[in-house]
Amino acid sequence: MVRPLGFLVGLGFIAALVLAILTTPLTNEPNASHEFHKHPKHLKLASDGLVPHWDKAQLQRGMQVYKEVCSACHSLNLVAFRNIQDLGYTEGQVKSFAKSYDNIPSINPDTGEPATRTGLPSDHFPAPYANEVAARAANNNALPPDLSLITKAREGGKDYIYSLLTGFQNPPANLPKELRPGTGLHYNPYFANLNLAMAPPLADGQVTYADGTKATVDQMASDVTAFLVWTAEPKLVKRVQVGWGAFIFLLIFSTLTYLSYRNIWADKEH
Amino acid sequence: MSFPWANQYQPQHPLMKWLDEKLPMPRLVYNAIGGGYPVPRNLNYFWNFGVLAGAALAIQIITGIVLAMHYAANAGVAFDSVEHIMRDVNAGWFIRYAHMNGASMFFIVVYLHIFRGLYYGSYKAPREMVWLLGVVIFLLMMATAFMGYVLPWGQMSFWGAQVITGFFSAIPVVGEPVRVWLLGGFAPDNAALNRFFSLHYLLPFVIAGVIILHIWALHIPGSSNPTGIEVKDEQDTVPFHPYYTAKDGFGLGIFLLVFVALTFFVPNMLGHADNYIPANPLSTPAHIVPEWYFWPFYAILRAFTFNFLWIDAKLWGVIAMFAAIALLFFLPWLDSSPVKSSNYRPLYRKFFWLLVLDVFILGWCGMSPAEQPYVIMSQLASIYYFAHFLIILPIVSRIERPEPMPNSITEAVLAKHADAASAATA
Repeated sequence: MVRPLGFLVGLGFIAALVLAILTTPLTNEPNASHEFHKHPKHLKLASDGLVPHWDKAQLQRGMQVYKEVCSACHSLNLVAFRNIQDLGYTEGQVKSFAKSYDNIPSINPDTGEPATRTGLPSDHFPAPYANEVAARAANNNALPPDLSLITKAREGGKDYIYSLLTGFQNPPANLPKELRPGTGLHYNPYFANLNLAMAPPLADGQVTYADGTKATVDQMASDVTAFLVWTAEPKLVKRVQVGWGAFIFLLIFSTLTYLSYRNIWADKEH
Repeated sequence: MSFPWANQYQPQHPLMKWLDEKLPMPRLVYNAIGGGYPVPRNLNYFWNFGVLAGAALAIQIITGIVLAMHYAANAGVAFDSVEHIMRDVNAGWFIRYAHMNGASMFFIVVYLHIFRGLYYGSYKAPREMVWLLGVVIFLLMMATAFMGYVLPWGQMSFWGAQVITGFFSAIPVVGEPVRVWLLGGFAPDNAALNRFFSLHYLLPFVIAGVIILHIWALHIPGSSNPTGIEVKDEQDTVPFHPYYTAKDGFGLGIFLLVFVALTFFVPNMLGHADNYIPANPLSTPAHIVPEWYFWPFYAILRAFTFNFLWIDAKLWGVIAMFAAIALLFFLPWLDSSPVKSSNYRPLYRKFFWLLVLDVFILGWCGMSPAEQPYVIMSQLASIYYFAHFLIILPIVSRIERPEPMPNSITEAVLAKHADAASAATA
C-alpha cells in the first residue's frame, strides 16, 4: 500500500516540477549594476588571522577619526567610554575623555526637566541625533546606521567598510543613465546599488594625528576600520587566545583517548 | 531486553547494593550504556555520531540555560541583551558563540547519523521504531533551531520568522487566521518572540525525552552494524563499556576539536551578516536565507514555481518541503530489500551516493539567490530527491541482486583480517 501510494505522490511532485521547469525562463532579468559593482579590497589588520593582536596605536587613531568625522552622523550605541581602556588608555584618561562630552542626556535633579550633563566612564558614546526622525531629517531622508557592529553586520566585513570609505569616485563614462547618482547621492562601486547617500567623508589631512602619522584617506580609512573591528567584537583577541588553549588541550585529550581506545581493543579483531 | 550472554550488574559496595534494591538507577545505566549492553564488534566510526548528537544536545542545553539567565525576550531589548552577553557578561561571548555554533555541530552530526542510517539500512526491521523516533527528533530539532534563530531579533531572525510562519498562510481558507494565531499578531513581534523563547526553552527537553525512547527502542533489537547481519552469538559482540566508551571518547575529542575551531576561530562563518542588524519590519534584506542546515529544504520550497492542478505554486512548495521530511517516516516500507547494508547492494549504493550529491546541490541552491541557474538546478535536484525515495528505491529493492554476504559478523571480521594479513605478507 505504501509503495503504490508513494509512487503516485512522487509522480505528482515530479509533474509539478517538470511543469515548473518548462514555464520558468532560463535567463535572468538583466541587471546592469552587476557589471559596475566591485568586490571589496582586502584590508590587512593586526587583529586578523590565528595570532591576532590589537594595534593599540592604530585603534587610538581610528577612534580619533570616528570622533572627529564619523560621529557627526553615526552613533556608536553599544560602546561605553570605560571600554576604551582596551585601546591602551589609563583610567584617568578614560575619565577625562568621558568628561569632554557635555551632552549626555539626563534630568535636572531639582526640576525633573530634561537636561544634559558631562560624561562618566559608564556612559555610552552619545548619539548624534535624538531619534530616527531627526537623523533622517538631517540626512536627506537617509538613516546613518549605528557603527558598533558594522564590520560584522555587512557581507565582506572590514574589507567592505574600508573599500566603501576609499571607493568614492566619479561615475565611469559608460555608466547607463538610470544608474547615475541622483541628487544627494554619490557614486561608489563597492555599494550594492552603486549610489550612496553618504558623501565622501574623508579627505587628505582631515584629522591631525598626535603620533605624527600622515593622515591620508587610505590611512584614516584603515584606522577607523580597525577601530570598528574592535567595537564590533572587543573580545576578538581574547577569543582566539582562549581558543588555542582549548584546541591544544583537546589535541592532547584526543591523543590520549585514541591510545586508550587502541589499548582496549588490542586483543579484539574488529 | 538484551542478549542472554550480556554481563549482569553486580554491585560490590554496600552502598551500591542498597541503592540497587531501592532505586536501581546504576543498573539502568549499566544495562543502557555500560558493560551490560552487548554491541556488535565491527562498528566503524560512523557509529560514533549517535553519542556525539547526545553530547551536542547536552552542550546546547547547558549553554542555553546560562544564556537564558542574561537574555531578555522582549522585542525592544532582545538584540541589545545579546550584545550585552557578548560584551559585559563574564565569558558571555564564549557561551553565546558556543551555543550558536553548537546548533551547527548538532546538525552536522545528526545529518551524518541520518546518512549512516540510510547507507547501512539501519531503518529496516527490526529497527523501524528507532528510525521513526529519530525522524521525530529531527523535526523537533528543526523547530527548536528555527525558534532559537529568531531570539537575537536581528534582521534574519525577523524575516526568517516572517517567511517560515508565512508557510501557514499558504493553507487555503484557514491559513491566514492560523498564521495570525500562531504569531499572536499580523507580523512577528513581541508576542511571537516571547512564545518562541518559551518553546525554544521547552523543546530541547522534549527532544531529550524522545532520545530516551530512541535509545530504549534501540536496545530491544540491539545496535545494527556495517554488515547488516544480525548478531548470532556471543563472539559477535563486545560489551559497550569499555570497548565503545573508549571509541566514543576518541570520537568526542575529534568532535570537540572541530567545535572549538568553529567557536573560537571562525564563530560567524556559518551565520549571516544581516543578523547583526537589529530587526526592522520596514526594511527587507536583499536575500533572505535560512541557516545552512535548512538550505536543502529551502531549495525544495522555492523549486515549485508553477500553479499545477488546483494548488498554487506556494502551497506546492510548502507541501513538498514538509513531504521531503515526512517521507522519511515511510522509508522502512518503501525499501523492501531484505539486505540492510549497502556494502552488499551494488545498485542501491550508486543511488545512495547520487542522493548525497543531490542534497549538496539542493543545499547550494538554497543558499543562492532565486535566479538562474540556481532555479533550474533546484528543480532538477528536487525531482531526483522525490524520485529517489518514492520511485527508484522501491524499484531497486525489487530488481537488485545483492552481492554474496558473510554468514556472521565474526566471519566478516576474520575475513577482513585474513585479507589484511595476506596483503601484508604478499
